Amino acid sequence: MASAAPSNSLVLPDPLPLDSGAALTGVRIAYETYGALDADKSNAVLVCHALTMDQYVASPHPITGKPGWWEQSVGPGKIIDTDRYHVICANVIGSCMGSTGPASNGPDGTPYAMDFPVITIRDMVRAQVAMLDAMGIERLYCVIGGSMGGMQALSLAANFPERADRVLAIATTARHSAQNIAFHEVGRQAIMADPAWNGGDYYASGKTPDNGLAVARMAAHITYLSEEGLTEKFGRRLQDREEKTFGFDADFQVESYLRYQGSGFTQRFDANSYLYITRAMDYFDLAEEHGGTLAQAFAGTTARFCVISFDTDWLYPTAESRHIVHALNAAGAPVSFVELSAPYGHDSFLLDVPALDRVMKGFLDG
Amino acid sequence: MAEQRERLRPDLEVILKRIEPGSRALDVGCGDGALMAALVEEKRVDARGIEIDGELVERCVARGLSVVQGDADRDLGFYPDGAFDYAILSQTLQTAARPDHMLGELLRVGRRAFVSFPNFAYWRMRRALLVRGRMPVTRHLPVSWYETANIHHVTVRDFEELARDLGIAIERRWFFTREQAIANPGANWRAEYALFEVTR
Repeated sequence: MASAAPSNSLVLPDPLPLDSGAALTGVRIAYETYGALDADKSNAVLVCHALTMDQYVASPHPITGKPGWWEQSVGPGKIIDTDRYHVICANVIGSCMGSTGPASNGPDGTPYAMDFPVITIRDMVRAQVAMLDAMGIERLYCVIGGSMGGMQALSLAANFPERADRVLAIATTARHSAQNIAFHEVGRQAIMADPAWNGGDYYASGKTPDNGLAVARMAAHITYLSEEGLTEKFGRRLQDREEKTFGFDADFQVESYLRYQGSGFTQRFDANSYLYITRAMDYFDLAEEHGGTLAQAFAGTTARFCVISFDTDWLYPTAESRHIVHALNAAGAPVSFVELSAPYGHDSFLLDVPALDRVMKGFLDG
Repeated sequence: MAEQRERLRPDLEVILKRIEPGSRALDVGCGDGALMAALVEEKRVDARGIEIDGELVERCVARGLSVVQGDADRDLGFYPDGAFDYAILSQTLQTAARPDHMLGELLRVGRRAFVSFPNFAYWRMRRALLVRGRMPVTRHLPVSWYETANIHHVTVRDFEELARDLGIAIERRWFFTREQAIANPGANWRAEYALFEVTR
């Protein structure tokens, strides 16, 4: 069974070229694997994680001790069956769970902080493809991701079409909208407004911009839930009190919940990583990378695609998935698409939605 | 194997027989994917589907088919010209916003199309209108006028005339009543529904 052992990691042998024109040397990729790799290396499934997740897809998080973020779906006998598939999940570059990011030491032996180059979704994918090269895996049985993980799955399909037979993109988009960018900017400004952020140079001081990072997380967390979900969960109920206090304590349950989410997040996430990864998402526009036409991005693909959206996801609404599907239709790619009904908003892809299981299973086994 | 699979509706059985092995086909309004599954298994067809009902799409994907949830009136336009050898529109023409445009789109994305629809000139329909003065509710069209998805009722003769007006060639036609094939004479009276194979 899964253990909380520290991640495996490898150092990429070559410098990693970045979209910005810069290159990163000595890139370390931390990853977890589950299930055995076939002798012919044909059963590898790459799971790409979302903004604040990590490689602990089906094993306990080493800091929080919580179960893996997708244990719901990944494991022996589960939908992504580790008795059949060799599941790989790598921490994206720019993050803070063992892969090279702004908190890692740069060439001068001190943390990069804001000297870390701005990265893109395609850079994250390049790093994962270089990892697959190092593992000797030429072709994935499937690349899967939700949210930012879905962006990586689509980017891999577009930029490395020979590397995956199946592409499963859930609750995602081919480009960040103005609204998406706007919410991220609120988060970044909250971090940078925290005096402890100190221009990103806080690693030596021991004083991290937790207040700013917590606010960023609170704002983002709202976008992951549906209004209906929030209302059902909290309504206007008060937190451990009978009456309003006529003050600014967390009177409402929803306030208390968000504060808890915010402060919990600062225990496990680096504020600079949050800046860099949200930037990468905001820069994401798969059509722009391919001459302005999304269908062109998928012109060379031979993979089968499955795109899934949720009716209550207002962060990456169904229209964004349709846009991807229309481009895949125009490119002649075999694609399935379904909008599933689930009450939880964007986070539905991480939660118990039986229809999601059925669709994923049909696509993976088909 | 053919004898183990679920029995297809007679018009779908005809389409299955007519389609060349190894070809590319788009099933518009593919329902639960029964025809697509048979095309893939028995004819190695590269089959794609469009279906508006999410639960039906879910069943299609769960059986390993490539089906997109969408509205044919809107989404057919995203497929390139001549992308398919065959476009299939079974029992769906009468639900299209503009059946004439839909026919044009079918023969834009497909070199050849199969179109089946309930014949509103079937004698039981005529009798319901003539004798009872009511919109017909029959075994084949069991839904009342206010809740039916069929917004453009069409007859065999209407379809033949529309095809002529649009310059569409009718290559073959089949007629069915009580799930049995019937002969052509008097089909506009006698057929419960019809299947046409058309080309540009």
